[in-house]
Amino acid sequence: MAITRSKPKMGIKERYASMTRDLGWETSYQPMDKVFPYDKFEGIKIHDWDAWVDPFRLTMDAYWKYQSEKERKLYAVIDSFAQNNGQMGITDARYLNAIKLFITGVSPLEYAAHRGFAFAGRHFRGVGMRVASQMQSIDELRHAQTQLHAMSHYNKFFGGMHSSHLMYDRVWYLSVPKSYFDDAMTAGPFEFLTAISFSFEYVLTNLLFVPFMSGAAHNGDMATVTFGFSAQSDESRHMTLGIEIIKFMLEQDEANLPIVQRWIDKWFWRGYRLLALVSMMMDYMLPKRVMSWREAWEIYFEEAGTALFEDLSRYGLKMPKYYEVANWEKDHLSHQVWSTFYNYAGATAFHTWMPNDNEMEWLRDKYPDSFEKHYQPRFEHFIKEQKKGNRFFNNTLPMLCQTCQIPFIFTEPGDPTTTCFRETHYKGNRYNFCSDGCKDIFEQEPEKYIQAWLPVYQIYQGNCGGKEIEDVLRWYNFNLGEDNGEYLDSPDYDLWTQWKESQSRAV
Amino acid sequence: MSRNVSITLLNNEDARPVVQAIEKDNPACIINHLPSLVKVDMAGALRINRQTVEEILGREWNVQDIHLCLVSLSGEVEEEDDFFELSWK
Amino acid sequence: MSVNSIGDYSFDSRDKLENFHGAMLVFIQWEQHLVYCAPFAFPLPPDMLLGDVMKNIVLPAYAYHPDSEKATLEDFEKGQWLLDNKPLQADFTKSLAENGVKHQSILRVTIPGLDGLVGQGSAA
Ligand SMILES: [Fe+2]
Ligand SMILES: [Fe+2]
Repeated sequence: MAITRSKPKMGIKERYASMTRDLGWETSYQPMDKVFPYDKFEGIKIHDWDAWVDPFRLTMDAYWKYQSEKERKLYAVIDSFAQNNGQMGITDARYLNAIKLFITGVSPLEYAAHRGFAFAGRHFRGVGMRVASQMQSIDELRHAQTQLHAMSHYNKFFGGMHSSHLMYDRVWYLSVPKSYFDDAMTAGPFEFLTAISFSFEYVLTNLLFVPFMSGAAHNGDMATVTFGFSAQSDESRHMTLGIEIIKFMLEQDEANLPIVQRWIDKWFWRGYRLLALVSMMMDYMLPKRVMSWREAWEIYFEEAGTALFEDLSRYGLKMPKYYEVANWEKDHLSHQVWSTFYNYAGATAFHTWMPNDNEMEWLRDKYPDSFEKHYQPRFEHFIKEQKKGNRFFNNTLPMLCQTCQIPFIFTEPGDPTTTCFRETHYKGNRYNFCSDGCKDIFEQEPEKYIQAWLPVYQIYQGNCGGKEIEDVLRWYNFNLGEDNGEYLDSPDYDLWTQWKESQSRAV
Repeated sequence: MSRNVSITLLNNEDARPVVQAIEKDNPACIINHLPSLVKVDMAGALRINRQTVEEILGREWNVQDIHLCLVSLSGEVEEEDDFFELSWK
Repeated sequence: MSVNSIGDYSFDSRDKLENFHGAMLVFIQWEQHLVYCAPFAFPLPPDMLLGDVMKNIVLPAYAYHPDSEKATLEDFEKGQWLLDNKPLQADFTKSLAENGVKHQSILRVTIPGLDGLVGQGSAA
């Protein structure tokens, strides 16, 4: 069947050129360097700003059209989810702990991204890059808002979701995502885009969104699925901005290569450490699992990442430093992280628990080389003690990495029984790191990381609400006994059990 | 060149004709179904033709409508009036 | 290499010794006992005896581990110690400072024969 088509006045390329590139001009009352003061100090040399390529030729009018369409669809789902008591259709209330971690640890990053891209969207002198950054800035604000809206429904019933932005600024494990993004936002615009658009959005974000949103779908959480994919549909544009910025810098001047390589090394490692939280969501927090962290790492990093860096090798770019360590850790990461949050369940705004028999079997199956030998004995011990009424709560604060701010839970590459320690000295002080990756990052810019606000040491310095753990948790705005602790002893669990009982009575 | 490019779309009505068009025009592609997603992998390059999608839909379709159902991709993008292509250089 | 910046860029360490009100930060780990996920961080006075640190602070912190019942204070003193990656002859009757412990130092101890829940190699 032939479709009769009204011929548009301008083709996609023409329309893009006139509605984007033509919006910029060479300033004459003031020198360009004064109008755009931040796009040179990082050392990136650009000779022709117009050489920037926009693969998605989206103009502002089309942008608004598509975004409003996405919003309409999203809010229709959120409304019907609330009207139909969608919270009762999820697989298990344990699932919501992943949502709590998301709203406190990821949604504030969306807002931070909104700010960061607003800065980039003002300060590049190339108009194509400005427009792409401005669109992304608006996208990210939309993501933060829709996530808060979608999850606010769960907040009516469950703990841990009531103070996400305050918690982001104060809570110990949330300093990991916060410090990551603050590091990026305090860099110049080129490093910011390398960090967020390329290293995070292009190389790593699939590991966060795709398995997590599939996980939400699998666990009956339609509100999250819809906001997740609504956000993710912007992501392809963001990823493309990421790859184009890298190509643009490398094509403009050979001298840019070592700077770009150093940034990629740094932001791969920082992003990978941040994703440690995601690994445990996937392997432990989803009652119905989609794929293991290990499988996701193989598909989205080992396969897709290798293809990407092979493609970029024509510019002389290499795989990010220490990617082999990340590949090795895929058998261990989620178990070490879950173990950590089980230890410190008294001080988290979400609940943890031990896997049941089926889940243990799944873990053995997905991790044949590591789980049974190294992690199962630990977990069986926890279960045995918990049954005796002796649920483990580690009440002593841990040592933290100066760069990624994660406790020292990672083991030596190749040896899952020995904790990994690295150190360096700067201006007469000693600093400790969880890995070579984190140590290298510090040594490139020590003056930046000596300012790190490390939550445990801030507690000891007396800056977090008081001396006792309880004082600190109140300063975090935790509802003690509701937000924190073991899942089986939580009000979430009680409420869920009640609902399920009344449902089965009704049947 | 045999490196895979890949496109991930929502598993919904916006995406269904696009996936069908991909299958038709890229017979060697591999389609993976995940909960609520469809991930299509293809060695070398993958092309979505506007005309094929329109034939399946029976109405006009704009290449940029793909933004409504696009979740993720791997490969370099080429977006024109008549097609959307992913490839590795 | 220093930070590329738009102006003067120099800062104090946020964790400098003076900020800890007379204590120093010390990190202690009983190796291989990864039921406890990470080494502990403590703010400790430099003149506190290492034996008191172990007896009153570290051993109670490890009380949940079944091995802690089997290990006496003497076992710990005779254990194999690493201070900042170098072997240490730990002397429990001397202070932290006299044992060479500094701000941000790491103490790691192993007691041969006590290697966690199921013996060698599982690190639990
Ligand atoms: Fe976002
Ligand atoms: Fe680290």
